[in-house]
Parts: sequence; structure tokens; C-alpha cells
Amino acid sequence: MSGLLRRWALDPTLVALVALLSLLGLAMIYSAGQTRFPDPVVVEAWRRQAVWLALGLVAFTVVSRITVRWLEWVAVPAYVIALVLLAATLVVGTGAGTAAGTKSWIVLGPLRFQPAEPAKLATILVLARYLALRGGAPSSLRDLLVPGTLVAAPLALVMLQPDLGTAQAFMGILFATLFWAGTPLPLLLLLASPLPALILAYDNTVWGVYVVLVIIALYLWRYRLYFYESVAVVLANFAAGTIARPLWDSLATYQQNRLLVFLDPQVDPRGAGYHLIQSMVAVGNGGLSGKGFLAGTQKRFDFLPEQHTDFIFSVVGEELGFIGVAFALFAFGLLLARLVRLAEDTSDPFAGLVLLGIFGAWTVHIFVNIGMTVGLVPVTGIPLPFVSYGGSFLLMSWVATAVAVRVAHEDERAVA
Amino acid sequence: MNNYHPLERKSRGRVALAVLGGLMAVLGATFFRLQVLRATDYAMTAEDNRLRRIDLPAPRGTIYDRNGRIVAENVPGYAVTLLPAPLDSLESSLGKLAPIMEFTDEDVERLMDRARRERGLPLMVDGDASFEKVSQLEERSSDFPRLVIDLRPRRQYYGGSAVGHVTGYIGEITEEELDSEEFSDRIRYDQGVVVGKTGVEKQYEATLQGTPGTRYVEVDARGRIVGNFFGTDDNIPARPGQAIQLALDLELQEFIHEIFPDSLSGAVVALDPADGSVLALYSAPSFDPNEFVGGISPARWRELNDPDLTPLYNRAVLGRFAPASTWKLASAAIALDLGVVQPDERMDVPCTGAFTYGNRTARCWNRDGHGDVTLLEAVQHSCDVYFYQLGLRVGLQRLLDEATEIGFSRECGIDLPQENPGIFPRGPEYWERVWGYTPREGEVLNLAIGQGPNQQTPLKMAQFYAAIARDGSAPAPRLFTQGPAPEGWELNLSPEALETMREGLRRVTAPGGTAYLSSLEYWDLMGKTGTGQNPLSVRGLAEDHAWFAGMAGPRGQTPEIVVVVLVEYGGGGSAVAAPIMAKAADFYLRRKYDIEISPVQTLREHLMVGPWPAWAPTLPPARNPVTPRPPAPRTDTATASPERQPGGGYR
Repeated sequence: MSGLLRRWALDPTLVALVALLSLLGLAMIYSAGQTRFPDPVVVEAWRRQAVWLALGLVAFTVVSRITVRWLEWVAVPAYVIALVLLAATLVVGTGAGTAAGTKSWIVLGPLRFQPAEPAKLATILVLARYLALRGGAPSSLRDLLVPGTLVAAPLALVMLQPDLGTAQAFMGILFATLFWAGTPLPLLLLLASPLPALILAYDNTVWGVYVVLVIIALYLWRYRLYFYESVAVVLANFAAGTIARPLWDSLATYQQNRLLVFLDPQVDPRGAGYHLIQSMVAVGNGGLSGKGFLAGTQKRFDFLPEQHTDFIFSVVGEELGFIGVAFALFAFGLLLARLVRLAEDTSDPFAGLVLLGIFGAWTVHIFVNIGMTVGLVPVTGIPLPFVSYGGSFLLMSWVATAVAVRVAHEDERAVA
Repeated sequence: MNNYHPLERKSRGRVALAVLGGLMAVLGATFFRLQVLRATDYAMTAEDNRLRRIDLPAPRGTIYDRNGRIVAENVPGYAVTLLPAPLDSLESSLGKLAPIMEFTDEDVERLMDRARRERGLPLMVDGDASFEKVSQLEERSSDFPRLVIDLRPRRQYYGGSAVGHVTGYIGEITEEELDSEEFSDRIRYDQGVVVGKTGVEKQYEATLQGTPGTRYVEVDARGRIVGNFFGTDDNIPARPGQAIQLALDLELQEFIHEIFPDSLSGAVVALDPADGSVLALYSAPSFDPNEFVGGISPARWRELNDPDLTPLYNRAVLGRFAPASTWKLASAAIALDLGVVQPDERMDVPCTGAFTYGNRTARCWNRDGHGDVTLLEAVQHSCDVYFYQLGLRVGLQRLLDEATEIGFSRECGIDLPQENPGIFPRGPEYWERVWGYTPREGEVLNLAIGQGPNQQTPLKMAQFYAAIARDGSAPAPRLFTQGPAPEGWELNLSPEALETMREGLRRVTAPGGTAYLSSLEYWDLMGKTGTGQNPLSVRGLAEDHAWFAGMAGPRGQTPEIVVVVLVEYGGGGSAVAAPIMAKAADFYLRRKYDIEISPVQTLREHLMVGPWPAWAPTLPPARNPVTPRPPAPRTDTATASPERQPGGGYR
């Protein structure tokens, strides 16, 4: 029996953690529907999630049988199809449910899915394939041009929807795979340096100090970078500082408010800050041991926003308390650590890069989603893997799990 | 070099795990801070989020009359309140409520104004909703998720309009009142609390007001009510106010309200001579205090403030009228007190219809004259000439001093929030101040017959007549006898002198007296008519004010009730005022001595329904031999007699 389970799961540790978190999600989605004035859509959400979970298990079973070489082969066509679908959403996409304002969904008869989800996996595969074939570690800015472009294309399309949450996941994928491919950390940091510049540009002095620090860093690492690279980094930082203001002005008021309330929720306590405040109150209200399953008052009386999707972790915090939160964080931590462990153990560069890509995407999802419920990061629409309600996301997370165990397992077998 | 060498992978793995561990540690620490270190703060915020306080008003104390009948109590009523919500959503709720609550657009606008002023506070939509409306609302409660219906004590006055001026009315506390010292107790007095505005309700506000309680309801994010909440010590039941028992006789009060002519205005005061307590205090037109419960409509409020009718004006304690002949008893009392006259003494000049003093002639109301009369007869016939001379014997200064001593320029000290003092000069400087001349001795002529600068409230006259009915002492009239009372005053009169005055009053209702037709079957009725001039009657535009001040009791015994009746523009006192006084006294005494109540009370009423009753003597008592004129029913003035035709011309 255990042998059968082992043969089905390929990596029982990883699959057990994923299954555990999926069940936690199911329970919390059920709880999220138990409000005083129930919303019929939310009340029934857990049933649909259960159906998707079943589909996810089927998909896991099928995908985990696909050999790695075939995955490698399918990477490029899958990536191209994903780009086409992402582009198509901009034309025929619709909003749905809690994200009614964006064009993230494609409707095909009774089927509705978000192309951004498979696109993440396709991008991971294509990045892994490119970097694995390349062999050596990227050591210059020019080496980062191709992987950067491979990620920039879907990222740009996702930003146009606009779906800021998924865009962050793409950044996670890019940095995690480049890191695993052996890119020097200073290079990665310099690559990332324009992003803080973008934010720090709100104050000229602060921005100026930051740019000086970047230039000092470039000088210290001058023997590891080409001169033109240093110039490009400095120019990128200047560009970030320059476009920051127009970029900010181009944001809709609600987007600006979301960023502002992250700094101080009381800026707009009835508007953009409301969700954050109510979420923090819910989490704090849970205390050490929680209000008890189904018994959260903040949830029950509709104070929580999006409590079955993006803010599901607030329900965990209120009803299960710090003990439940610690347990969930521990499970997520083990899951992510397991991905790293599998990557360490695999000799196949493609397998390792795929595992790290998934690691990068999920780390962003988990950290940003949980962090936003307690005001650590700005509120962006980003779901929590396996726990948040959402059919195509749950399905694709299980597919990603299948890919992860497959690539790890096949290499293990090859070595053995 | 192998880029994916196991050792390379190991070291990268360590970096990845370190980054992962750091992120997880940040998350864990943040949750620890929120959920363990600051959990209490957030738990309180969560409670504030979902709990809304609702004030539970305390029932006001019950008001009883002297026989234990309920004058005012609290019956279950319903208050309809909307919990705070954004203004547009409040407006739509009110729009949906309007047909059920029968609101006009004006009402809705008024409520919206209040909502705008008191943002974030529950909005009381109706402080006194009917059971029918409430049951309709309950049926449709899902349409009104922010609606709270509270059982709320509702004040009910059983006497209605009869007791309005005694109880006064209640209303929501105003901003000014909240700022005042009297209402500084914030536990009992806060916005929305109902307080006494006038009358006993105001006078004994501190006793009658209870202590409100609180309860909490749970609401959701959109302010919809989820249920009651029992988990806090702050759920406090309301403590009702204390009851008080008035000296008032509710049935007498209602009887007076019933017999007072609807078309006329005036006042009736009935006192118990035993202790000066108030048996009845009525002012017409009256108002129904029940109309003020739950808020009076602006239209009705305007009606009640009609400048001609002034139903809210308590004529019994605020109205000041020339006391006219009813005041002659005061002149007599002062003269007897000073010893300038004896009860059987006659004056130097007999009455010939006029009296000459210096270079002016003062008339008696009876131009034919009364002849040579004693004090007793002068009271009986209200002889002006006798009292002119009585006044001269007393002297202006002494009259002013004595009348001031009795308190004719002071309040009685009744336990009501407002009372007007009588107007009476304290000294000669009054003339200088008001008219700019020094009074001459001749002013005493007018004063002695109740004319001149002399205006008294019906209550003041009742207090004075109570002193005559008693032993000359007059305690302050009180509604609530257990409360502290101001000191009364005393006439230093011998029992004989008092009996003389009562005998004079008794003759007014005897055969040949002006009020004989008001005499009663079972009781000695004593009284004095009065015809008070007023600004309109002086110019011939209206009738004089009619007074009748008197007392009654079992035959041959001391009086047990004092009643003063004033009818504005009522003409002569004997026609309208005396019957009201007689019927009220009869009603009270019959109940006291367990005699069947009959609608036929006065002699006039007996004559209207049947033959001359056996109890009424037909012969007048011994007449004054000096005046051989045949007896005829008379009035103080020629303006009115019992036989005078309605609509008859003014003198």
C-alpha cells in the first residue's frame, strides 16, 4: 500500500505537504462562507474548490507520468502558446469575481481560466531549458539579456491586464532561476537596483543617496563587470528615478491609495486602508489560540475583504490563532525547503532550474499574500497557493507540483 | 568547471534556504506581534467593530393622586431607531420606512437633518410607534437590517387635558438643558433623554427621572444587526425613577375639566383648608400632555402656542387678574386685624349709592345705595361705600403694609416651576415709579374694593380664602406634600372675626344673596363674587372677568374645601363662576361623605328639572332695617344677574 502511494506521489513528503495545505484551504474556504448574511457564491465555493482539487489530483497523476525530456521539448511551444493566450486576454479577456476590473480571464463556453497561470509554468520550463542548454553561469549583463527577455514578454503582457500579483511572481521566477544558474549575487543585486530606485524617487535626496551607493557598489565590483555594464546599471537607476513621477501619476487613484495605505493604513481608513485594517484586526483578534474554527467574528460579520480568496489567511489568523498560523507557515516553509532540497539533490541542470523556478514563484505568492494580510507588503491581488479559492490556480499549482516531483524523481532514477 | 556541481548546488541551496528562512521569520515575527503581543488591542477593536451600544431609557416615576389613582405612568411603547450608516443609505432606508411609518416628505427631511447633525449616532425615527406599525416593521425586518425596535416606556397621562397644567409635559432634553447645572449628571442625562419641561414633571424631574441602562447589539461590516450581545458587563438594565403621590384629587380635576365651559378660558384652584394642599388646579383652555410623548408635531405645537388661546399658559398660577370684590375680604381682614373696625360696626356715612371724599365722588356699584350696613352686611352686599370708609380708617400706608405682609405682592410658593407673584404696591414709591406721582390718601378708596394697582393669580386668592376657611393662617399651597414647603403667613384674627367674615360669605349664597341659585343641598356654601375689569372691558369691547372665591363644608362646620374660579370675559361672577365653584365643591364633598353623585347639584339646576326643593329656604334672613327695599337677586355690578339674558348688552 505504502509502496503504491509512493509510486503515485513520487515524492511523498512534497505531495503530503501540498495535500495538507489543500485540505486546510478547503476548510478555510468553507469557513469563509459561514457568515451572518451569506453570499451564495462564497457559501458554495468550497464545493467547487473540492471539485477542482479532484481535477488537480487527476492532473497531478497524469502530468507526473510525463518524462522530463518531453517536458523539455514542450517548453518552447507551450511558452509561445502562453504568450499568444496572454495577448488574447488583452482583447477578449474579462474580469471575474473579485477581480472584475481586470482582463485576466478567457471564457470558452463553460470553461473559464486565467492564461497567466499556465504561462508561469511555461516560462519556468523555457527559462530552465535555455539556462540548462547554455551550461555556464551567466556572468555579464549581456548573458542576462535572453533570460530577461523571456520573462519580460509575459510579464509585460500580465502588467497590461493589469495583474500586479502575477507580475511579481514572474520576477520571483527570473531571480530564482538566474540564481540557480550561478549568476553572481552582485550582478543580481545590480540588476534589481533600479526597482528600489523607482520607489525611492519620491524624494530626490533619498534617491540621490541611493544612486551614490549603487555607484560605490559598482566601483567595488569593477573587476567583475564590464564598463558598459556599470554604465547600463547607472543609466537604469537614473531612468527609474526619472520615470517614477510620471509612472506614479499614470496610476489610478485606487492603485496609488493601495501603495499609500501600505505606509500608513490610517491615510484612508474607510477606503483603501479599510481592508488592511480589518484584516489586521481579524488576525490580532485571533490571538494565540484563535476564535475557533468557523467562529471568527471579523469574518462572520463581513469585515474581512475577499475572505475566501486573497485574504483567506486572515481567516486562518482569526480562527486558528497564532498556533494555526505558525503551523501553516511551517508547512509552507517545509514545502519550499523541500523544493530546494530536491534541487540540491538533482544532477540534471534542467530539473534543478525547474524546481527553483517553482520555488521562486511560490515564495513570492506565499510571502506577498501572507505579508499583505498583516501590512508587511502592499495589497496586491495575489492568491495563496493551495489555500485561496480559485480553480485554475489550484489546478496549475498541482500541475506544477507534478512537474516538480517528476523532474526530481526522474533524475533520481537516472542517477540510481 | 561544472556549473551544477553537487558542491555548488549545496552552497546555492544554503543561500536559498537562508533567504526562505529570513522571509518566514519576518512573517512569523509579524504574526507573533499582532496575535500575541498586541492581541488585546485588536480584540477590543474587533469588539468595537461589531458592537453597537443602544441606550435603554429608564421609566419615569409614576405620579399618583391623593387617592392612589394613577395620574401618569409608563406603558410599553416602541421606539424605532436606525443604526448609523452612510447618509445616502439612511435616506433610502427612510424612504422605505415612510409608507409604513406614515412619514411625510417633511418628516423625512427633518430626520435627515438630525442624522446630518448627529453623525455616527443611532437615529431615533419614532420615539413612540404604534403596535400596528411595529408589527408591520417586524414582518419586513429583512428589508431593514439596521432597524432596532426597542420596548421603551411610554408616558401616559390618564387625565389627559384635565391634568395638563398640573403634570406639565415631557420632551427630549435640549442642548441648553444639557449644558445646565441641573442636568450635569451624564449618566442620567445625555442626548435623547426625555425630561420634564413644565409642571410637576419638571418640578420633580430629579425624583421622577430614572437611570438609563445600556445594551449592545452585534452588527456586521455593513451595519446590519446580527443579534444581541450578552458577553459584557456593560449590559445594564434601566433603573426606573421614584414614584410621587400628589395631594391632587384626579377625579375632582377631571370633573372640573368636564364642567368648565369649553368656549371659555379661565382657571380653577381647589385647596384643602386642612393643610393648604392643592386638590385641583385647572387652567382652560388646557392641553393633553399625551400629545407631547414621543415628540409633538410642529403643526400641533403652533396650535398650542396660539397667541389668543395660549393653551400652554397656566392661568391658575401665571394669570394675573384684578381681584375686584373678592378682595374686599382682604380689606375686612386687615381692618379687623388692626382693630379699626368691629364685626357689627356701622360706618359714619350710610350708603346712598355714592361717597364723597374731598373733592371727588366715588360711586357704589348699587346706585340706589345699601343704607346703613354692618361689616357682615357690607360683605354680603359687597357695599363699596362701606369699604371706602373702611379703607380710610385703615389708611393707605397701613393697607399697603398689611397687604404686603399677607403676601399679595409675592408668590404663594407652590411646587410648580413657574408662578407669578401678585401685583400690589409695597409702598407709595410704587406710584412714583409707575405713574410718576405721589399717591394721596384717596388712593385707598380704590384699593379697598380690590381696584387700582392690584392684580392677583387665582392661586393667590385661593390661598387667602383658605386662611379665612382655617384659623387665619395660610400654608403655602402644595401639590406634593412630602416635599419641602416654604412658610405661609398668618392673619391675626380672632375666631369671632373669622366667623363674621364666613357668615358674610355664607349670606352671599343665602336667599337674597347674589349667588343663591348656586347654593347646595347638603353643604354650607360660602363665597364672594367678583367682577374684574380688564383692558378690553374698560373700553367696552368685552365682558369683565368673572370671579367666584369660596368654600364649602358640612352644614354648621368648618369648610373642607376652598375653590376659586376665574372665568375670563365671563361677565358677573355669579352667573358663570359661582356654579362652577359650587358644583366642584359639591362633587368633592359628596365623594368625601359618600353621598351619591348627581348631575343636579345647585339650586338653579334643581329648579330647571323640578319644583322648588324643600331644602332651599325661600325667605331671606333678617334684612337690614335701614334698607326697606325688597330683596332681589343682585350682582356686584349691574353687568350681570342670574336672570340676565345671554347676549345682553354691556352696561
